[in-house]
Amino acid sequence: MVDILMPQMGESIAEGTVTKWLKKVGDRVQRDEPILEISTDKVDAEIPSPAAGVLREIKVDSGATVPINAVLGVIADEAQAGAPAPQPAAAAPAAAPAPAAASAAVPTPAPTATAPPTLAAPAASGPATLKPGELTAEDLRRTRSSPVVRKIAAEHQVDIRQVQGTGIAGRVTRQDILQHLETRPADPTAPPPPTAPPMQVPTPPPMPAPRPQPPAPPASAPPAPAAAPTLSMPTPPPMPPVAPPAAAPAPTPAAPPVAPTAPPAAPPLPGMPTPAARAQVVPMSPIRKKTAEHMVQSKRTSAHVTTVFEVDMSHVDKLRSRHKAAYEQQHFVKLTYLPFIVKAAVDALKAFPVLNSSVDGDAIAYHKDVNIGIAVALDWGLIVPVIRSADEKNLLGLARSINDLADRARTRRLKVDEVQGGTFTITNPGVFGSLFGTPIINQPQVAILAVGTIEKRPVVRDDAIAIRTMMYLALSFDHRIVDGADADRFMAQLKKGLQEFDETAL
Amino acid sequence: MTTTAAASTRTLAVRRLGRIRYADGLKLQAELVADRQAGRIPDTLLLLEHDPAFTLGQNAKREHILADPDALRAKGFDVEETGRGGDVTYHGPGQLVAYGILDLNPDRRDVHQYLRDLEEAIIRTCADYGLDAGRAEKMTGVWIGGRKVAAIGVRIARWVTSHGLALNVSTDLAAFRHIIPCGLHGRDVTSLERELARPVEMSEVMDRLAAHMAEVFIRTLCDTEGSTG
Repeated sequence: MVDILMPQMGESIAEGTVTKWLKKVGDRVQRDEPILEISTDKVDAEIPSPAAGVLREIKVDSGATVPINAVLGVIADEAQAGAPAPQPAAAAPAAAPAPAAASAAVPTPAPTATAPPTLAAPAASGPATLKPGELTAEDLRRTRSSPVVRKIAAEHQVDIRQVQGTGIAGRVTRQDILQHLETRPADPTAPPPPTAPPMQVPTPPPMPAPRPQPPAPPASAPPAPAAAPTLSMPTPPPMPPVAPPAAAPAPTPAAPPVAPTAPPAAPPLPGMPTPAARAQVVPMSPIRKKTAEHMVQSKRTSAHVTTVFEVDMSHVDKLRSRHKAAYEQQHFVKLTYLPFIVKAAVDALKAFPVLNSSVDGDAIAYHKDVNIGIAVALDWGLIVPVIRSADEKNLLGLARSINDLADRARTRRLKVDEVQGGTFTITNPGVFGSLFGTPIINQPQVAILAVGTIEKRPVVRDDAIAIRTMMYLALSFDHRIVDGADADRFMAQLKKGLQEFDETAL
Repeated sequence: MTTTAAASTRTLAVRRLGRIRYADGLKLQAELVADRQAGRIPDTLLLLEHDPAFTLGQNAKREHILADPDALRAKGFDVEETGRGGDVTYHGPGQLVAYGILDLNPDRRDVHQYLRDLEEAIIRTCADYGLDAGRAEKMTGVWIGGRKVAAIGVRIARWVTSHGLALNVSTDLAAFRHIIPCGLHGRDVTSLERELARPVEMSEVMDRLAAHMAEVFIRTLCDTEGSTG
């Protein structure tokens, strides 16, 4: 058997990504026949088969990034392949007795252990016989990251052990660390525990999915702290670390964050059924933890009040249909309702600057910039990219910014400063059908607008029932500094701005 | 060293193809790569322009094409997926495309070095026009004052290269507005004409680039159809 290795493509290249397998397990290959494609940076490369035979096993699936010399797959020679190839099931033989007469085409005399498939490798594989220079599964696990990742980590003072790894064997990939940087607080004073003991590094069990999904709350867990629809609660942009509440129940928070793949070691919470038995216990992802912390802290800080207005969107709807095609053809921008709402909100914020302020001790800081955060729901959590100086943009500029930020949020390409500095937030639970939410304020802001679903409803116009395109807008505001009258005047202005939207602004 | 001596005697054949469709360029390159791997042809540099096309490398994100592909096709742009590295880019008239079918064996087997060498040839070409072009850290390509003038994307099969570089000479830069070039946001593209504020002759730039490629890769230029002046 011959291993297919990630080749060294250049002196400065430490890793490569498998882009495509050109052969399936069981396919016959000739020596030097292209067997898979890999990529690094701006280069794609075809990897030829190191030997003639049958592709016995694929150890690294496409999409995964692994260091050079990592084993990508295994080629078995024809004779071996002829034997019933046990689809590596539960008990893979730790070290298959190597056929003494290895075929001449096989340059590696050492027998290679048949490892369990791909990702399960580190957990269970027997003592693999290795060529010099080849990384063992143990090495992979111990280092858990490539030099590139370590360099990024060092530059940003991130403890790699705190980052959830989605790569092979739980390794932290470049994407993982970039995502971590985008979602962690800017202030590195809420650091990883200073010196985690070395044994902290957990043995990752097989990672089930390439992407960390925000864990669903276990069925038997206590009810989620906030009953408000999660979608109306934006993820906090990075914010000053929350001072640990003096009275916080000690056990869990005090423990250093355990890397996500560790077996649950924390003592079960009181009042919770034995976790192992009745619930699937999944540690929170970093973004989930941050969100949880922020939501509770906001509720504790601000005196939340929510006011709801109903807006007739028929006029905006008409403008949108009238200009949509032109926006797409001339500007390549999809014109949604959201830019209209952002524009009207910006205008109203300028008229009522207290909604665009922050509490600063005993003072109120009125912000000169109007920076609008837009909550974006992602499959791995929520994030609030910020349209800076939104008051300087026209409708086209806003539409572009929204599309661009949302796209990049989804592809995890936001820069850290693009989720900071918001002065007012808009969240859009309406896209999921919510009539209206009662959103939690994104600290240190003082108000947040939730956009409800936009749909045709029967309404009374001139004493007759008419069909109009309607929408609820809900504003949560901080009653410490915003009076109900101000909030409602702001909302009235916003409503007017939409119902009488100036077509010349398009 | 014998290797250097051997290398310096290697030739770099230049072929000028005029303006071709992107898909035809792919087909030709596939044939030439096989020929080069089999030793039937020397290292070869293709110089050409493409009909307007947006191309996606293997790492490309569809969303980096901002416009609807069908709308673009309706406007006469090709939209092609290709085997080179890199993200989305635009090709079209006025852009010098150079495809290098080079065997990096035995002494140049380093893909990053190959990228840097391509950049070097472009930088020297720009310098011939008095332009101070350079590299940007971690962003392959050639830049003039923060604006991207040339994009690079390469494929390698058994150390034989294909694809290569696209240098904007007099490209209609408006076309780049339909994409996020190479996935880089908020970065401008530019061209030699834009930087020099005067017309630039494409065939002259091709001559310069071919000469600098030969220099950088230590090859003897064999420009069969050259209009070298």
